[in-house]
Amino acid sequence: MSSKTINIKLKVWRQKDATTKGKFENYELSEISTASSFLEMMDVLNEKLVGEGNEPVAFDHDCREGICGMCSLFVNGHAHGPDTLVTTCQLHMRKFKDDETITIEPWRAGGFPVIKDLMVDRNAFEKIMQAGGFVSVSTGGVPDANAIPIPKKDSDEAMDAASCIGCGACVATCKNSSAMLFVSAKVSQLALLPQGKLEASRRAKNMVAVMDELGFGNCSNTGACEMECPKGISLAHIARLNREFLVATIKE
Amino acid sequence: MSSFFTSSIGKKFLMSVSGLFLVVFLAVHLTANLFILGGPDAFNQSAHFMGTNPIITLMQPILAFGFLLHIIYSLIIQIKNWKSRPVKYKKVDQSETSTWASRNMIWLGIFVFGFLTVHIINFFYVIKFGEMNMITVNGVEMEDSYKLVAGLFTDFGAISYIYSAVYIISFIALGLHLHHAFWSAFQTLGLSNIAWRKRLSVLGDIYAIIVAAGFTIIPLYFLLF
Ligand code: SF4
Ligand code: FES
Repeated sequence: MSSKTINIKLKVWRQKDATTKGKFENYELSEISTASSFLEMMDVLNEKLVGEGNEPVAFDHDCREGICGMCSLFVNGHAHGPDTLVTTCQLHMRKFKDDETITIEPWRAGGFPVIKDLMVDRNAFEKIMQAGGFVSVSTGGVPDANAIPIPKKDSDEAMDAASCIGCGACVATCKNSSAMLFVSAKVSQLALLPQGKLEASRRAKNMVAVMDELGFGNCSNTGACEMECPKGISLAHIARLNREFLVATIKE
Repeated sequence: MSSFFTSSIGKKFLMSVSGLFLVVFLAVHLTANLFILGGPDAFNQSAHFMGTNPIITLMQPILAFGFLLHIIYSLIIQIKNWKSRPVKYKKVDQSETSTWASRNMIWLGIFVFGFLTVHIINFFYVIKFGEMNMITVNGVEMEDSYKLVAGLFTDFGAISYIYSAVYIISFIALGLHLHHAFWSAFQTLGLSNIAWRKRLSVLGDIYAIIVAAGFTIIPLYFLLF
């Protein structure tokens, strides 16, 4: 794809720390290559700010290849920006027009408090994982990898669920700040496999309990999360989580 | 079990079950109402049957409970949802990621609730506790419910037109509410997957259209004929 350059105006949320009140700052950048990624554009902005003796904008990122789930940003009203099935690090500047004003906000959710500027604390997800997002390991010899046959359909579906990178875009985009898509992906990836099935009920119960405690809202099935999820995690996993949770309650 | 009804999924479970119960109620109510197209005698007999049938009488308090449960839990869930985003976004665009109805269920619900209040005062209360004209159909004495309905839609000049308009708009709101609600209830109960989501959505839309159109026919029938 041939690359050209565009001039853009940015409206960026700046916030000194978790307790200070933040506000939007306006910046202008010229000659941004449309072949660059959104985060590279942010690097250009920060270079400029540092060059001028100003504080650079804090934002999360790590792998920059769409697999770690560290990058975030609510860009022009969309989690991970206007493109579908990509993280912000994979979003290209060619998705924006010359002279466009781009509004950049942090994930907004009670469960994800802002740490600084565009960085939010997503430890809530770790706490949910600690409550049940694992398979307990039994002692004994190492089992043969192929000892338990798993139907292709099940392993495919488990793999789809496992592609969740824990970025939090589902929470960020949900009008209720619900974490159900994330939790359902984590519950499904294990519940679908024989090794994880044993603890499926307990897992669903415990993870939902922690999710409810941490300030996330109630899912109302709007489906916006599925549309904004960079990995295309399906709402069908939420149905499975509901099922596991109800079964866990009946079993009690 | 006790923690179930305080959990997010437990509360939503109550919303779904009460909602599906109301879905069944609406179907019964609509069926009884459509007898109006058969003329005064047919409608009065239908209303009389509904008013005297022991099963229907037994269901009335359960229905009231269903409504209350649905309304109270919708508020509990919604308030928590509003609180879950203490700082709002400056710019949000959900026009392509979710349906308008799914984002406005609470407002559609409140609108329908407003209509329900007026409706209960106008019909249910009058039939149950008010003064009704009596007539005799096929040798059985019964309330002239047809006259009550026809009166509201035709006897008060401009007010009847406004009433008819409000009635129709309310059922369009209910139709939109059902458009999201039907599938959503099954999803919350865990009774959905990729294939069934499509089927349930289509089924829900057909049901929503039948309810909205079915009830809308009634004022139109009086306005046009
Ligand atoms: S479900 Fe999708 S949007 Fe949510 S955390 Fe996982 S990858 Fe991100
Ligand atoms: S930086 Fe790793 S997914 Fe974007």
